[in-house]
Amino acid sequence: MKRVWAIVWKDIMTELRTKELFSSMFTLALLIIVIFNFAFDFSSELIPVAAPAILWVAFTFAGVLGLSRSFALEKEGNSILGLLLSPMDRSLIFLGKMISNAVFVFVVELIMIPLFVLFFNYDLGNGFFPLLFVIFLGTFGFVSVGTLFSAMALSTKLREVLLPILMLPVIIPVIVSSIKLTAAVLSGNPISQAGAALQVVVSFDIIFFVVCAVVFEYVLDE
Amino acid sequence: MKLLLGLVFVGIVGSIYTAFIYAPTEAVMGPIQRIFYFHMGTVWVATLSFTIVFISSIQYLRTESRFWDILALSSAEIGVLFITLTVVTGSIWAKPVWGTWWTWEPQLTTTFILWILYIVYLVVRSSAGSDTKKARYAAVFGIIAFLDLPIVYASARLMRGISPVVFGGKGGGIAPEMMVALLVNLVGFTLLFILLLRERMGIEKMRDEISRIKLEEVA
Repeated sequence: MKRVWAIVWKDIMTELRTKELFSSMFTLALLIIVIFNFAFDFSSELIPVAAPAILWVAFTFAGVLGLSRSFALEKEGNSILGLLLSPMDRSLIFLGKMISNAVFVFVVELIMIPLFVLFFNYDLGNGFFPLLFVIFLGTFGFVSVGTLFSAMALSTKLREVLLPILMLPVIIPVIVSSIKLTAAVLSGNPISQAGAALQVVVSFDIIFFVVCAVVFEYVLDE
Repeated sequence: MKLLLGLVFVGIVGSIYTAFIYAPTEAVMGPIQRIFYFHMGTVWVATLSFTIVFISSIQYLRTESRFWDILALSSAEIGVLFITLTVVTGSIWAKPVWGTWWTWEPQLTTTFILWILYIVYLVVRSSAGSDTKKARYAAVFGIIAFLDLPIVYASARLMRGISPVVFGGKGGGIAPEMMVALLVNLVGFTLLFILLLRERMGIEKMRDEISRIKLEEVA
């Protein structure tokens, strides 16, 4: 487990120095929200319906950007070799990368929430902590899949372009269910109301975390 | 081989005959319902081929044997073809019956995602570069895509609520002739699938053979 934290720490330290991942993800998420603001004419009935969807679209696309960059950095510095040489189970490498990716995406999301409240004049009410929980669940799901696929995509001819194509169809259930859950949470209902959505997200998280961890070793290369 | 060709010929002719002539015209929908037999045939073949992709992908990762890779590739290509046919026949059926070419119902949404997933499977194969990488990455994606499908279905049901069953009239009182037509179509299409699969696998094996011969020439 110490080795896993070593990987996480390495990524965080690299990021703290360059801040390149964070700045690009944050900018993209912000721009998406701004564009949606111009796309719709926001009446007060439309906002509660559209808001969760806009939020998750912003998170997903920013997340895809960050995920593809994260592994690209590894490849450029040739640190994949270092990772492969270390005497640990490949699934632990997956766990380490996944945690660091999740941390980056989660930080961006946390900063987006108050901005979102600001731009859409939204009242979170009591929903802040349930919202955090929902965002955590959803992010966990798509980051697992994304970590696996980004490792895969970078060794192909198409490189980073392949990642969105690979990831987006697979994570549709998580995004859809997270949107449903977010809508439920933001409208003040207890989470149990959107019980089916919660089941989908949790089962997706568990199944794909395990499958991606197991399959990861076939995908790490060079 | 000739036997298989003969069987396929009989099967497909039988399918067309039973669908168009043997089966009675359906009371509610009229003649358009006949496309349903072909539609079920293509759906069945698509499902079969994607299940084969899943199993071959797992087996390939376990054994690293080229056979499983060829099987996965061939099955995926044929599967994409048949799922395209499914979507097309379904749309043709839907327009007169439902009044719309398409609707975001759970089954249809899942089929659409299925289609995209397996096209992406083929994209992965073509963009992977070296042969072993191609096979491994495709196998990984094949496994994940297949496991994703039930969850996609569950989440699609979330968004649209419980929608009316697609083939509503089938439950009670399907005429025995229709049942026969359906079965003949299923069998006919399955035979066609087996033929196409064998041919496609044969092509890959020939390609491997050519590469091997070329290497021997050089050596």
